[in-house]
Amino acid sequence: MTEERRELSERNLETKELLRRFLARLELELRRIIPQVIAILLAFLAGAIVLLVTGYSPLEAYGALVIGAFGDVFGIGQTFTQATPIIFTALAFLFAFKSGLFNIGAEGQLLVGGFAAALVGISFDGLPPFVHAPMALLAGALAGGLWGFIPAILKAKLGAHEVITTMMLSYVAFYVTGYLVNYPYKAPGWVSQTPPIAPSAELPRILQPTQLSASILIAVILVGLTHYTLQKTTFGYEVRATGLNPAAAESGGISIKRVMILALVISGAMAGLGGAGEVMGVHRRFIEGFSPGYGWDGLAVALVGGLNPVGVLLAAVLFGALRSGGMTMTRVTGVPLDIVSILQALVILFVAAPMLIRYLLKRGGFKWWGS
Amino acid sequence: MTSAVEMSGITKTFPGVVANDNIDFAVENAEIHGLLGENGAGKTVLMSILYGLYRPDEGQIFVNGKEVEMDSPSTAIKLGIGMVHQHFMLVPSLTVAENIILGKELTKNKVLLDMNRTLNDLKDFCERYQLEVDLKAPVYTLPVGVQQRVEILKTLYRGADILILDEPTSVLTPQEVEELFKAIRALKEQGKTVIFISHKLREVLAICDKITVLRRGKVVGKVKADETDLDELAKMMVGRKVVFTFKKKRVKTREVVLKVEDLKAIDDRGLLALGGVTFDVCVSEILGIAGVEGNGQTELVEVLTGLRKATEGKILVDNTDITRASPGERIRLGISHVPEDRHKRGLIQDFSVMENLILGSHNRPPFTIGRVRLNFEETSNFAKRLIKDFSIKTPSKDVPVRHLSGGTQQRVVVAREISRKPKLIIASQPTRGLDVGATEYVRKKLVEMRNQGCAVLLISADLDEIWALSDRIAVMYEGKMVAIKDPEKTTERELGLLMAGGKRD
Repeated sequence: MTEERRELSERNLETKELLRRFLARLELELRRIIPQVIAILLAFLAGAIVLLVTGYSPLEAYGALVIGAFGDVFGIGQTFTQATPIIFTALAFLFAFKSGLFNIGAEGQLLVGGFAAALVGISFDGLPPFVHAPMALLAGALAGGLWGFIPAILKAKLGAHEVITTMMLSYVAFYVTGYLVNYPYKAPGWVSQTPPIAPSAELPRILQPTQLSASILIAVILVGLTHYTLQKTTFGYEVRATGLNPAAAESGGISIKRVMILALVISGAMAGLGGAGEVMGVHRRFIEGFSPGYGWDGLAVALVGGLNPVGVLLAAVLFGALRSGGMTMTRVTGVPLDIVSILQALVILFVAAPMLIRYLLKRGGFKWWGS
Repeated sequence: MTSAVEMSGITKTFPGVVANDNIDFAVENAEIHGLLGENGAGKTVLMSILYGLYRPDEGQIFVNGKEVEMDSPSTAIKLGIGMVHQHFMLVPSLTVAENIILGKELTKNKVLLDMNRTLNDLKDFCERYQLEVDLKAPVYTLPVGVQQRVEILKTLYRGADILILDEPTSVLTPQEVEELFKAIRALKEQGKTVIFISHKLREVLAICDKITVLRRGKVVGKVKADETDLDELAKMMVGRKVVFTFKKKRVKTREVVLKVEDLKAIDDRGLLALGGVTFDVCVSEILGIAGVEGNGQTELVEVLTGLRKATEGKILVDNTDITRASPGERIRLGISHVPEDRHKRGLIQDFSVMENLILGSHNRPPFTIGRVRLNFEETSNFAKRLIKDFSIKTPSKDVPVRHLSGGTQQRVVVAREISRKPKLIIASQPTRGLDVGATEYVRKKLVEMRNQGCAVLLISADLDEIWALSDRIAVMYEGKMVAIKDPEKTTERELGLLMAGGKRD
């Protein structure tokens, strides 16, 4: 009996030790995000001032915002639907950033990814869904990856700066898909859109009757995969080493060109996958202008999320909630939708801007004051 | 005669550390006083207390015989104490003159800067202290040594009679050190008192009148410079006898490991940096490359490690041509590299000790499984072993190396490079910026590797280091090997001449 009891108490101790470690870890993580949370609260406080000055009640407006975003199935569905593409583009920005590259062309990568998926979606008929849908997703990822590969190879071979090339390629993507959807692939009618994709290429809607699709599941899996790749794999180690100190990485035998090319291709593929998800899950066809700037939001969300995959998930939901709740806020209180844009801008200003500046300072971006 | 500065019974504790433990410290007027100690011995804390940056927990401070309450730097400045920090506090975009007068500007009608009068005043001022500098040059255009001179002038301009120089030579080249010493002697002649903080024994011996030695927050010795020597000071500072010379096994066979033939390369500006270099390094041999910095040593190391392309010539390791091999391939072939700049090339500051220890081996078993996944268990065991074997002072393997001292960081680099069991180690300025203990450790490890059969190529601007370690000494001048000498058949004078581009005697 005593033997048994000892064993039991030992196991008890072990559990306690595990719990203690877990709590310590949790506390550490929470402490890390405290500045972020405070900054977001401050942004809302500043937003309240804007509301007051323009003659609206902040309490009423924010109340409508929260209820709109989380109050019912429609709101929740809308919030997560809006968050989904931003998760993809934010991860895209994050992954390139970890290798030391600024991929600000997620918008274009998302567009070409979306179009490629639509093309596969409308070109085949009669395929089983478990073949057709993955094919369309793959097409989206490949197209996005190609859109990342071009600036990557330009950087590796010619030293062209990726900020310029990724941004310019976004315009190329915008106009090329614009042409394709207005001329060769235009569906009959007034709207600039392709014909609908085959049902076998559709991603299922998972929260009827909202537009929330299985794309968000892919996004969440990608969050986990990104975290795992960066922290636990040899390639992730090389990516982080290259991003933090390319000179030392090179000395350590890492081919930094190879790492940068791969990272930018993966980054583009992530954004392309996001575009494919929108086309296959939400719109079921490629519509011109379906992205209200998801690529740019991704940059902001990656920074607000502390350049950490899980943080990105939370920040994307916040931005999704602002979008979906914002519409309700406008409808109920008459606050113009621009206020939502102001709020978003404030969040970015309070959270992301200081981070970016700190990063640039550390990098010696503005080396003015000696050391 | 009263002391210029007297500190008595100074104690200062920080959470978990007694930085200063009941320290008595006195400096006479017009004296150059050395404050010697290893990194972390409490030198800077003591001087920060004197300068009013920290309040002591206990103890009194007297300036010119009067007890004072040193509550802020402005009090210290009023009492004629000035401090020149290791990191300069200058505004790079302003001119020298503007920097010197900052905070004490001469004005016309209380509004406009009177630049003419300022420049005239400053010219006399500089002449008086024999500190020559172009007053109109923007500070960012000046070399580090001149910037330091500006910093000293600034301090004097604020009326300092007692100057504290915190590790002033750590950023200087040997020539700039000579200039600084001249200036310090001139200051002494003008009646100024100088406190010279350093961990470099030779420099303290060369410039100081008296020396106070600190170890672990306590005063362990007060000596006159002309009544002591290197060995005694080192023993006081480190707490045990320090080895400056190393016993080496003589090896008869010459089995070539690294062979370099007519190697040429250009530098970042596109100019010829290596103009045809030929040499070899054998098993169990340390080849020291001496030379004034900037004569192609950096480029040579980069070409040998694959970080820079050779425009002509051949590099052979064990008779395999590696001239076109990538840095990674060279690591796999058994070449280790201790880079001259450990911040830039050697370590990833934001990576943990563990992550840094596997850099370069991270893509090989046992640290990777199938070249895909990192093997966390192997990696952490490996890190723990190295931390123990190489006495790396770190709270844990997961601490970012950023938080470790310079000496400890270099131990991480050396541990990593040696743990690969290389055939050839290329060590570039391996002890730069390290204190005596860490320097001795790194040198000992290099000799150990040599004795175990490793070929070592040592590049150092420190002639003493080359002298102490090398089996053969090569001298580089303007991208060429001007001579390769047997240390027993040459003199320091001859090497110095060769380094300066002079012909052999």
